[in-house]
Amino acid sequence: MSILQLCYLISAIFFILGIGSLSSPETARRGMNLASLGMLIAVLGTLFDHRVISYSWIFAGIILGTVLSIPISLWIPMTKIPQRISLSHAGGALAACLIGIAEYYRYHTSLTINSMGIVAIEVMLGALTFTGSLMVAAKLHGLLPGRPITYKGQNIVNISLFFLMVAMLIFITLNPKINMIFYILLSLSFLFGLFLVTPIGAADMPVVIAIFNSYGGLTGAVMGFMLGNRIQIITGALDGASGFILSILMCKAMNRSITNVLFGAFGKITEEIDKKVLHSNKHEPQTIDIDEALQFFEQAKTVIIAPGYGMAASQAHHALREFVDKLKTNGVSVKYAIHPVAGRMPGHMNVLLAEANVPYTDLFDMDEINPEFPHADIALVIGANDVTNPAARTVKSSPIYGRPILDVDKAKKVIVLKRSLNPGFSGVDNELFYTDHTWLLFGDAKDSLTKLAYSFKRVWGS
Amino acid sequence: MHNGLNVTDLYIFVLAAFLGFKLISRIPSLLHTPLMAATNAISGISLIGAIAVAGENYDMVTNILAFIAVTCSTINVVGGFLITDRILKMFKKDNPKAK
Repeated sequence: MSILQLCYLISAIFFILGIGSLSSPETARRGMNLASLGMLIAVLGTLFDHRVISYSWIFAGIILGTVLSIPISLWIPMTKIPQRISLSHAGGALAACLIGIAEYYRYHTSLTINSMGIVAIEVMLGALTFTGSLMVAAKLHGLLPGRPITYKGQNIVNISLFFLMVAMLIFITLNPKINMIFYILLSLSFLFGLFLVTPIGAADMPVVIAIFNSYGGLTGAVMGFMLGNRIQIITGALDGASGFILSILMCKAMNRSITNVLFGAFGKITEEIDKKVLHSNKHEPQTIDIDEALQFFEQAKTVIIAPGYGMAASQAHHALREFVDKLKTNGVSVKYAIHPVAGRMPGHMNVLLAEANVPYTDLFDMDEINPEFPHADIALVIGANDVTNPAARTVKSSPIYGRPILDVDKAKKVIVLKRSLNPGFSGVDNELFYTDHTWLLFGDAKDSLTKLAYSFKRVWGS
Repeated sequence: MHNGLNVTDLYIFVLAAFLGFKLISRIPSLLHTPLMAATNAISGISLIGAIAVAGENYDMVTNILAFIAVTCSTINVVGGFLITDRILKMFKKDNPKAK
């Protein structure tokens, strides 16, 4: 066994320990430090490998990459984490894709069928993950409209494109020397990534980010097969498994299948049903202002908070923490209810609340917190919509029927912070707003929470 | 370049995938965002493949492709570990009166 192989073995062990350490916030940081040490060992080992004879391009790339990585990791605000993660999926996939192209360019006259197949799969997966992830990032960042973009026959176009690509993949594998087909396959793969994400709306992004995480991992593993590099196979498999598990969890939390997310174009189809639901509502929702809301909170003993994407959009998490601190110092018990698909990526709400110094012991999963809603005096909903809609339990015709939700409507009082009465992403009107014990507090969530925090001090402070 | 797919590599892939399933299903949803950031950082291991290609100095085309690949992977490695640590640092147990 060479020293290089030993380095790789050590770093594989460190990576596995690092991922394992994420099972608890207490061990996570130490574990990730170990993983980064593993990475350092692997990279240094490779740099000293005898096959590496020229360093100029390597060091240029490492220096440039390090410089570019600082703004997107240390300076980026936590509310922009989803698009940042998506961008790095794109970067990782591009790297694997380019190495595949370089290998094909160099060896295409001597490739066996076996290795040609691997190179082609690597380049195809890498290319579509690259453009797909870029689209995801652009949609999340608001550069492209977050609504699904659909046209007639879209699924037929996508599916035929996919089969065309598979046919070309098989053809190029059997005839590695035909350059033209390889580069057409490459271009089609770039195009396919764009087409795949076009019909998917912003609220489905938790699933799509996780799927591309998985694809990125697989691309890495295939690159490992190509270069005969086992540590890449191991990390690729870990990464792929992680993305796969997350996408399944996200799909379950939306009561949908992966194919439905990719080809369903959710928000578009449901518009008609939405109007029917709207008409069936008899009375207007009740609204309150800050002072009335304060009176509710003054009488409350237990409060459960259900945050959603709206909290991230208005950056209300710091203001929320201030308000909760006020409540807590006055003896109110406060818990946070986190729906798995609240926000734009898995765990999005947890990170934002952690950033606002909310202890993670106050954050609860949907399954843990749901039995507690009937005992809560107030459920405070901040910018969450579809994940609180009781129609998911009762209305069979509703497109979100069967989706697991936070049972906020079972609390004694429900206060909803909302910008306007616009329905949520799914286009379904929220029945919660029309119940007798629900009050809407219109306005920017950050504004309202700041006012609540300030006024609460005035009433109780002296 | 390695010569295609061999069976040992496939075994390694399958076993590592099973290990991944076991490990990752134990991770609480609380830490799913740092998990994604962490797998991002670790998948930057493609850096070593990119280094191997860039270091062979075959011709201008492969050098430039590998240079871009080294840059992208380095961003993932350095940026990935930095942001994972930044996120994990924020998770605290008790209400800290930091200010």
